[in-house]
Amino acid sequence: MKYAGLLVMPAGFFLTLAALLLFPDPTRRLAFVVCSLVVEAMGLAVAVRGHMPARGANRP
Amino acid sequence: MNAMAPITSAPAAAMSEAVFALTLALLLLAPLAFAGIALINTGLGRSRSAAQAMLGNLALGAVAVIVFALVGASFAGTLGTSEAAFHVAGKTWGVLGRGPFLMHGLGSATPQAQLALLFEFMAVAMAAIIPWGSGADRWRLAAGIASAAVLAGIVFPLAANWIWGGGWLAQLGANFGLGAGFLDAGGAATVHALGGLSALALVWIAGPRRGKFPREGLSTAMPGHNAVYVLFGCLLALVGWLTWNAAGAVIWLHAPLAALPGTAINTLLSAAAALAATFAVTRFRFGKPDASLCANGWLAGLVTSTACAALATPAEAIFAGAVAGFFTPLLVEVLELAISIDDPSGAIAVHGASGLWGLLAAGFFAPQAGQLTAQLVGIAALLGLILPLVYLLFALLNRVVAFRVDPDGERIGMDLHELGGGAYPEFVIHRDESYR
Repeated sequence: MKYAGLLVMPAGFFLTLAALLLFPDPTRRLAFVVCSLVVEAMGLAVAVRGHMPARGANRP
Repeated sequence: MNAMAPITSAPAAAMSEAVFALTLALLLLAPLAFAGIALINTGLGRSRSAAQAMLGNLALGAVAVIVFALVGASFAGTLGTSEAAFHVAGKTWGVLGRGPFLMHGLGSATPQAQLALLFEFMAVAMAAIIPWGSGADRWRLAAGIASAAVLAGIVFPLAANWIWGGGWLAQLGANFGLGAGFLDAGGAATVHALGGLSALALVWIAGPRRGKFPREGLSTAMPGHNAVYVLFGCLLALVGWLTWNAAGAVIWLHAPLAALPGTAINTLLSAAAALAATFAVTRFRFGKPDASLCANGWLAGLVTSTACAALATPAEAIFAGAVAGFFTPLLVEVLELAISIDDPSGAIAVHGASGLWGLLAAGFFAPQAGQLTAQLVGIAALLGLILPLVYLLFALLNRVVAFRVDPDGERIGMDLHELGGGAYPEFVIHRDESYR
């Protein structure tokens, strides 16, 4: 699961690049960039969840 | 009124000798920020790992500047005139510098380029030691040095090229009309966000200290061993940050000298507001102010100021610092208690989160249209590209040089295990209750 999260984060970044290229309108571009950051945040949340150690564990 | 006039993405005029001398003098004081972070990293660790922690700060910084001189400076493209770039949709996307190796031609470079390179040397050393505090009491010195080499040779030059070396983030203004392009005058992205995100990758890979998260009950409190080191480190860091932000405004934003007092005042205000906010939050949460969290708050305010001190009004600087100071202790608590991240120095919250917040705040405060979008694109690059890249590189490195010390070494302390002697030889070593 942690690797899935880390793969979702670059996907969000490429959405940002797509926003730059596809939306000349500043408002739509900003909205799309914000959406891409939400995707990255979801990936980060999954990665964080995947890295949470079991209680009592000392190593990942 | 903003600390400085609206920024243009046009090339700056040639630097006068007076400005050059002043900026050089400011940069020569910037290592005080490094000293402050080193003291904080050491003080927030355990006494039995103090010598290893302080030596690690020096060693990681030393290796980082050497590797940056050998290869990183070339990729950062500060002295180079050519850039490896893609051409997409009629736009040029610079991704990597192609400067001379070993800084060939440094003597004949322009004064601005020489100062920019010196700034990057300070920045790479700082970025390398930020994760060191997060790995306290378990991260092997050899692994720390190897990770510093990776950061200085690959990751930092990439970010520096994109942001400071004329890469695609710097060109967002020229290519897409997004303000003046991604703005990072003091290294909030290249130093602090990069360092904080590297700390997160490190903590994920190395895992928590033994006994930190027992099978039952709350996590074990493992307070830093010397609050005086930590708080004195905060004072040292203030001096370094004042010079760092002022020099960065001249070098990266081409600020006039008249803007520097405002930049310094904003730096101070941001730190002060952050401390006040953290003081209030910890007083409310725990009944008494917490010294190490207040230090974290102060540092979070300084980190926030690196992005926006040169762009904000004093009121905006206070607001940005107060937000950082309010959320930093809460984030430290959430990281430890809710998601079991063992970060002794708090670098993930202090440098990572506050650096990203500062970059966002700069987007709100800058007068140019589209600047907020440019800052968000930069933040997306840091989170979506740099963090996974650092994680991948650290995970590969961990297979070559194991990050984590063996359990016996962790039990006796990093000083005895790695250096053969402690920082405080006259101290009586007592049994650690967390190993029950």
